[in-house]
Amino acid sequence: MGAFEFLIQGLGTALQPAMLLYALIGVTLGTAVGVLPGIGPALTVALLLPVTYHLDPAGSLIMFCGIYYGGMYGGSTTSILLNTPGESSSIITALEGNKMARAGRGGPALATAAIGSFIAGLIATLFLAFLAPWIVKAALAFGPREYFALMVLAFVTVSSAFGDSTLRGLTSLFIGLGLACVGIDQLTGQARMAFGVPELLDGVEVTTLAVAMFAVGEALAIAGLGSRAADEVIPVKGSVWMTAKDWSRSWKPWLRGTAIGFPIGAMPAGGAEIGTFLSYATEKRLTKHPEEFGKGAIEGVAGPEAANNASAAGTLVPLLTLGLPTSATAAIMLAGFQQFGLQPGPLLFATNPTLVWGLIASLLIANAMLLILNLPLIGLWVRLLTIPRHWLYAGILLFATLGTIGANPSTFELGMLLGFGLLGYVMRLFGYPIAPVVVGLILGPMAEQQLRRALSISQGDWMTLVQSPIAAILLGIAALAFIVPLILRQSGKGEVLSQLAGDED
Amino acid sequence: MSQADQNNQRRADRAALVIALGLALFGAVLLWDSARLADLGGYSGVGPASMPRIIGLALLGLAIWTAAEAWRGDFPERPEQHAGPVLWVVGGLVAQLLLLNVAGFSIATGLLFGLTARGFGKRNLALTVGIGIVLSFFVWAVFSQLLSLHLPAGPLERVFFPKG
Repeated sequence: MGAFEFLIQGLGTALQPAMLLYALIGVTLGTAVGVLPGIGPALTVALLLPVTYHLDPAGSLIMFCGIYYGGMYGGSTTSILLNTPGESSSIITALEGNKMARAGRGGPALATAAIGSFIAGLIATLFLAFLAPWIVKAALAFGPREYFALMVLAFVTVSSAFGDSTLRGLTSLFIGLGLACVGIDQLTGQARMAFGVPELLDGVEVTTLAVAMFAVGEALAIAGLGSRAADEVIPVKGSVWMTAKDWSRSWKPWLRGTAIGFPIGAMPAGGAEIGTFLSYATEKRLTKHPEEFGKGAIEGVAGPEAANNASAAGTLVPLLTLGLPTSATAAIMLAGFQQFGLQPGPLLFATNPTLVWGLIASLLIANAMLLILNLPLIGLWVRLLTIPRHWLYAGILLFATLGTIGANPSTFELGMLLGFGLLGYVMRLFGYPIAPVVVGLILGPMAEQQLRRALSISQGDWMTLVQSPIAAILLGIAALAFIVPLILRQSGKGEVLSQLAGDED
Repeated sequence: MSQADQNNQRRADRAALVIALGLALFGAVLLWDSARLADLGGYSGVGPASMPRIIGLALLGLAIWTAAEAWRGDFPERPEQHAGPVLWVVGGLVAQLLLLNVAGFSIATGLLFGLTARGFGKRNLALTVGIGIVLSFFVWAVFSQLLSLHLPAGPLERVFFPKG
């Protein structure tokens, strides 16, 4: 059966009323957290993990993907109307989008963002569906050493390839890897870094760490800035509909943004913001209205918004086909799969095709729901932006601790939440990226296991790691991704990389 | 810019040196802990202690690198921090942590809610803690009764739901 038949079957699953409800809850929540500054999809999925423990696995995963897609849509609203990006992947949108809103063209800016997101989401999800079986077929030939090489590549791209400092990226990664050592060793059953504390035998929970770093750390960092004037929300004047000229200027950037965003999301190359930056640069070079750039050019909203949605779909390619998360949200979704005893990867396509294809098909449905939620109902979301900060952050911490208490109602777990929250605060203060810690914590044990398996097979010969052509190529790319940025930064050409900083989502 | 100016600007960053110390400490703990593990490497020669050792050594290396950058003053500028609001939020988290199993979810989390709002500039604690307790109780009722999440019950919750 080809991808097309599987997709039709998946639509059958995804169109069941219960699944539609899960998708609707997911996209609604996702849009809300995307709009609200201070919380993103990674945190939201982490908070929901304990709540969904008793729910249906397929439905929960559909909801998580809906949150991921919804967050990408919602972020643009905040960028355009508030000039404070809700998500790291919407920073570029704020450049032109906020200028458009100030010039009274907020409506068309929101429309081109939403329609561009829809088109990009649609095309990229179809790419995902047709690409997945091919990658799964190739991945069946992967052994432990190929997986280990892939994970090393993911480590490098997530931590040190982008951002403004190799040192701080690597430090974040190794903090995550160090925390991953806590608990019982998977292969020999020995307790590591537990110091006789029974609570530590289970290791550090990914959800606790993510909630602490993203919610508590962020709240402390914002509180530390002290009182400042509230941001000004620009009201949407006039129609949200685009004129014929807006359409003709938008459709090419949408397609180009999709073409740029999807591969970047699909390769283990960090978060969605990189694609948005490249798309913006491309549109700026190709535009027929260069004088408008910096003053509110619609291309500068259409392209990057399409790119960030396309790369969200792209991120699902390595996650579903290889079990390899390349962003913080994907890392937490992997924890979500594991919570239900599912391991994404080539085997999941064989053992549980209904779930995988239902999930992929539901993305198409979620995408359509998001277009409706974000165009006619935009006024509702704008109102979320007027919530005062003291209620917003008090509420965020309420739900953050609810998630942790729900997973494990112990004082010890809350103590870890506070401790990692303070760690996240200090890391933010000193410019350390957060995502590598989360990715290191979840991928660390997997990489260790694959390495030890590979070396067991080769009876301790480390050369085995480069004797398979695929593994050797992957490790070679990883080495390049490590060394080239290092040289660029040394020679003072690091600004581009620092603008590509991979942050939260 | 004269040489003296540059020296003045690029002086050692003490806070970053403390970070370097923390990293070195974390690395040392990893090495110390892995030393007592029986390294059952088997055929692979790589046992449970190998990975912590590699990570521990890497952290020591990163600590030296951090110290060098701190010494040269290479760390980015930090926004000025106000200790007061941060301490209110931390205080809220500590209060919740200490009271959770004594006073129950609603009261403990209500305090967290109120103290966090205080940290963000809403001064009327009687109001914010009150709202926090009511909201937390509502959340408790929904999540523990409808979604069967285990959230600690206290005196307040038992008044309304005697079974907990």
